[in-house]
Amino acid sequence: MPELRVCALYPELMNIYADRGNLLLLQRRCEWRGISFTLLRSDLGDELDPEAADLFYIGGGQDRDQRLCALDLAEVKRDALHAAADRGAVVLAVCGGYQLLGHSYQLGDEQLPGVGLVDLHTVRSDGPRLIGNVAIEVELEPGRPRVLAGFENHGGRTHLASSATPLGRVLRGHGNNGEDGLEGVRRGTVIGTYLHGPLLPKNAWFADWLMAAALGLTGPLDPLDDELEDAAHREARRAAGVS
Amino acid sequence: MTMLAPKLAAARAVGSLARRAGRGGGTSLPGKVLMRLDPHAISALAQRLVRGSVVISATNGKTTTAAMTASVLDLAGISLVHNRAGANMAGGIASTLLSAARPGGRIDGELGLFEVDEFWLDRLTAELQPRALLLSNLFRDQLDRYGELETIADRWAAVATSLPAGTRLVLNADDPLIADLGREADSVTYFGVEDRSIAMPEMQHASDSKHCRRCGHAYVYDAIYLGHLGSYRCPSCGRERPAPTVAADAIQLHGTTSSTFSLRTAAGTATVKLPLPGLYNVYNALGAAALCLDLGVSPELVVAGLEAVTAAFGRAERIQIGDIELSILLVKNPAGANEILRTLVLEQAELDLLGVLNDRTADGKDISWVWDADFELLAPRVRRLTCSGTRAAELALRMKYAGVPADRLVVIGTLEQALDAALSAAPDGRLFALPTYTALLELREELARRGHVTRFWERRGADR
Repeated sequence: MPELRVCALYPELMNIYADRGNLLLLQRRCEWRGISFTLLRSDLGDELDPEAADLFYIGGGQDRDQRLCALDLAEVKRDALHAAADRGAVVLAVCGGYQLLGHSYQLGDEQLPGVGLVDLHTVRSDGPRLIGNVAIEVELEPGRPRVLAGFENHGGRTHLASSATPLGRVLRGHGNNGEDGLEGVRRGTVIGTYLHGPLLPKNAWFADWLMAAALGLTGPLDPLDDELEDAAHREARRAAGVS
Repeated sequence: MTMLAPKLAAARAVGSLARRAGRGGGTSLPGKVLMRLDPHAISALAQRLVRGSVVISATNGKTTTAAMTASVLDLAGISLVHNRAGANMAGGIASTLLSAARPGGRIDGELGLFEVDEFWLDRLTAELQPRALLLSNLFRDQLDRYGELETIADRWAAVATSLPAGTRLVLNADDPLIADLGREADSVTYFGVEDRSIAMPEMQHASDSKHCRRCGHAYVYDAIYLGHLGSYRCPSCGRERPAPTVAADAIQLHGTTSSTFSLRTAAGTATVKLPLPGLYNVYNALGAAALCLDLGVSPELVVAGLEAVTAAFGRAERIQIGDIELSILLVKNPAGANEILRTLVLEQAELDLLGVLNDRTADGKDISWVWDADFELLAPRVRRLTCSGTRAAELALRMKYAGVPADRLVVIGTLEQALDAALSAAPDGRLFALPTYTALLELREELARRGHVTRFWERRGADR
């Protein structure tokens, strides 16, 4: 039986927007397909084994907790995360976790280190937080554009270097910085996004894409009855103003 | 006051126009107009109250705690000016004061009893200059509107340190964020739960405030009662839960209808039969009791008042619809929802439910929180859940992933049709409605249209 091993980083600290909804989606959709599911966790100070999981997840957190995690990521887990990404594991970083994926997060006089998995930096703005429903168009497979819909709420503005590839382009909402029309980042199986908290329940197709990528599958996963999933996706798109 | 009178009249006229135009209760509109005409109208009108004002705030339980306080103070013969409809920002409080204001600088009421929105506490405390401030809890709630919990905690800390000397603080000892507000204060009353038998085996998913604000170390809990409320201490700096002088023990929860507990105060111990369900209402009752005792009400009247309380608007409110008893339980954030869920599963039977999830501004446009609430607790007990509201499908999806079989979930976006469907599929004669805030207003309006309840603003005085 195939097995999906998911490692949640700092699940006690980086969970502010109900990030566990994402883990729940992955778990159930594995179980319903007869794929064994294992949830691991890695907390402050824990060494990370890059071979131990197929998908590493970092959610969002309050400033105080994000700071603790930034230092821990840089000092304890950086090399392991790089090794995991290099061997093709999925790294999904959401909201506050996404802000730690690049080179640095500048908060006024203070600079939080990033893990440097992707070529970007983030700056806390004095301007308003970027809050609201958001929909983006992504093209994870060439020639097959699809929509991700969710909610964003962030004070930081993220700027991709010219060499970096965004996850998608903004259809409605703010995205990385409210200016360049780009949202998130993607480098192979490393993905960061401001679509926060439970984005997978609103985009079950994306949960499946992540699972397939993490399992290294080439063919499609077994289909499930996704009537409610599809309806929730439509609702989220409608909330963002994209039908 | 000669300057204030014409402004009062103008603001009243707007409210009456709005009401006649069918624009709902207009509970905060006249107040908003008044505030536009005179930004310090609240202060001017509050000064007319001969017994001053008391202010209640919390993430959860404001409306019910205020209703309990009102019930006690009514028995004590103190006439109130009270924003009982729950309009708790500046406009709502100005409206409440406006409707009580009388010519000649008078006001119809001795004491102001105001529940205040968490985010408005600093501004409204400055205007109202309350003699006592009851602060009960802080949970994560509507992050799109309120921002981080720590931000609110900082603002509240600033309020607590800027109060005029002599202002009484009534604080929940079991919430570390709240208890900290009284560390430097000289007139503070702490309340809390002292019943280990009711503690939870582990912390819930959505728990907040797990770290000491003084030194940053994680708290150690001897007992967790509700969310992050409990008996805690910091192993690093030694800060710990203050000992409450108003406490509840021997707590017994009776399903979705009532509870019993032993109320311990400096004056002794008395049994309270509370006609509202759940541990969260025991906390609300403790806060109300501590506040009323602080105001000089006798323990006997406190107990009698708590036992006479009726459910606030949509808070465990029960309405008879033909053969069906409809219980309405407002849910609006994970901590509040978890308490409702814990209370619901005290019922022994399988449950028929109507869930209404809206994402309008007053609900919080971000519905992420439904994935934080522990619906897994409820899942094995759901016989049928009719899901409605602007985000009906995501609520149904949440329940599917919580473990409810798909054939027990029905999605009907339109509330009117969803209510009909839910009422026709409640074979036990009981239906539990779990609406978010604007869904509660819509549900109440639909029930009023059908003649099952009166509209709130038509109840004036009826529920005193």
